[in-house]
Amino acid sequence: MAHASLWQRCLTPRATIPKTLTWSAGIGVWLVVIALWALVTYSGLVRSIFLPTPTAVLSAAVSMIGDGSLWKDIWSSAQVVLYGFLLSSAIAIPLGILMGSFRLAQAFLDPLVNFMRYLPVTAFVPLFILWIGIGIEQRVTVIFFGIFFQQLVMIADISRGVSQDLINASYTLGAKRRDVVTHVLFPACLPGVIDMMRVTMGWAWTFVVVAELVAANSGLGYISLKAMRGFQVDVIFLSIGLIGLLGLVTDQFFRLLRKRLTSWAL
Amino acid sequence: MLEARGMSKRFGEHTVLQDINLSIQRSEVVCLIGPSGSGKSTLLRSLAFLENYDDGEVFVEGELLGYDRASDGRRVRSRPSRLSDVRRNMGMVFQQFNLWPHLSVLENVMEALLRVRGMKKDAARRLALATLEKVGLAEKADAWPNRLSGGQQQRVAIARSLAMSPAIMLFDEPTSALDPELVGEVLQVMRQLAEEGMTMVVVTHEMGFAARVADRVLFLDQGHIVEQGPPMTLFKNPQSPRLAQFLGNYLERNSLFEAAPALNRVDD
Ligand SMILES: Nc1ncnc2c1ncn2[C@@H]1O[C@H](COP(=O)(O)OP(=O)(O)OP(=O)(O)O)[C@@H](O)[C@H]1O
Ligand SMILES: [Mg+2]
Repeated sequence: MAHASLWQRCLTPRATIPKTLTWSAGIGVWLVVIALWALVTYSGLVRSIFLPTPTAVLSAAVSMIGDGSLWKDIWSSAQVVLYGFLLSSAIAIPLGILMGSFRLAQAFLDPLVNFMRYLPVTAFVPLFILWIGIGIEQRVTVIFFGIFFQQLVMIADISRGVSQDLINASYTLGAKRRDVVTHVLFPACLPGVIDMMRVTMGWAWTFVVVAELVAANSGLGYISLKAMRGFQVDVIFLSIGLIGLLGLVTDQFFRLLRKRLTSWAL
Repeated sequence: MLEARGMSKRFGEHTVLQDINLSIQRSEVVCLIGPSGSGKSTLLRSLAFLENYDDGEVFVEGELLGYDRASDGRRVRSRPSRLSDVRRNMGMVFQQFNLWPHLSVLENVMEALLRVRGMKKDAARRLALATLEKVGLAEKADAWPNRLSGGQQQRVAIARSLAMSPAIMLFDEPTSALDPELVGEVLQVMRQLAEEGMTMVVVTHEMGFAARVADRVLFLDQGHIVEQGPPMTLFKNPQSPRLAQFLGNYLERNSLFEAAPALNRVDD
């Protein structure tokens, strides 16, 4: 009764299912979404000024690829996300590990960080424009502010979570304090740090749109704002879809990175 | 070779260890028993100066641990490098999370040999493999710690300390986090160590192990060493009511829940 048992597995919490089934389910959900989309648009159920047909979005894509503008906009957004994200991570990871491990660093940073991380970055956008102008630096700053303090708190938690016994075991084997930070704490935090990057990368993609809606002359957020003024729903959909797609790609990247770099973690 | 004189330890207002006097001879195996919260872990950590004790003194091979005498007779914290020199004579195994997860089993054992002892890679590798052989895990040399069972991880942790050839080994409930069927293999390795003459201080709830392997058992309660002596004297004839009650609870629990008699955990 192979069928019954497969069915049983699907209904059992946390039971594994065959790879092929995982893949088919993943593709299946898209088929359903696209089918529903096609159904409501081609049938005229929803008017095309609110929801474009799949073909309209595709042809918008083709024409924007044709004149080269799409690549420019994708690259423009990706660049902002990348710079903001890398800058933020480069500072937040070491600082967060220190914050989670050294009481003084924690006492010093905690009040400030917990104040800053509740401020909505959107409220800062006008200020950034005033201070920095409307160049790419401004958009990078938005990303940075949007994720930096959150990253810091998450990493501090990860490093606090490293078992004291692991650290003590290292001391009894002759480790110096500096070794404990660089050779014990940092590696022990790595799996958590990569997971954290995966999560905050998603936020970075959200903030890039916020940044571009206000002040930009290229990027996916910018074209969708421009398209809204011209009632080009197909372009808006295209840009939303692309952001999702790019998010999916970066997500897979971090998943792979996690597997590669920390195959030792469970 | 390890001695505590009038040692005490407070956490804020809370006195966790009071006036601990303790002297451990070479090749002696001392088991530390006592109820939860009695200060066993704190005592063990203080003996390795992972906790800085407040009053009294601890000597390792005659050297004051953790403090230096200033010229005016007062004591000051040792510099970290001196501390790790005195500590070098000790190995310690914890309840869990002993191994560095990002290094293979072999690398775990080699790491301190390379970095702390400054051994050449080949020599470190040979020594590490030989030590792993001793705990019966040479064939797991290339595995990641997370892929091993808890019992195997503890045996690697023992091998890792052992490879540094410590004069004394401290164990803090090395089998408490293990599934019952994995306890035996770890105790077996520890017993073998004891038979080879290793000096050991073991915090444990395994009374069978204490009965068979320990030269001396210390009963700790509320930060005091209430009673000590050879295991059989202590177990058969407890003097203090607290120890009698502690052993009573223990035997009762084991007769209720365990098929095999508690004292037969370590097989010959
Ligand atoms: N870092 C700390 N800060 C404050 N109090 C502590 C700290 N560590 C331990 N204590 C307290 O010291 C007492 C002794 O703790 P300890 O861990 O040494 O007990 P134990 O005998 O090892 O118990 P168990 O059998 O549960 O491991 C407990 O009351 C505990 O709450
Ligand atoms: Mg304890």
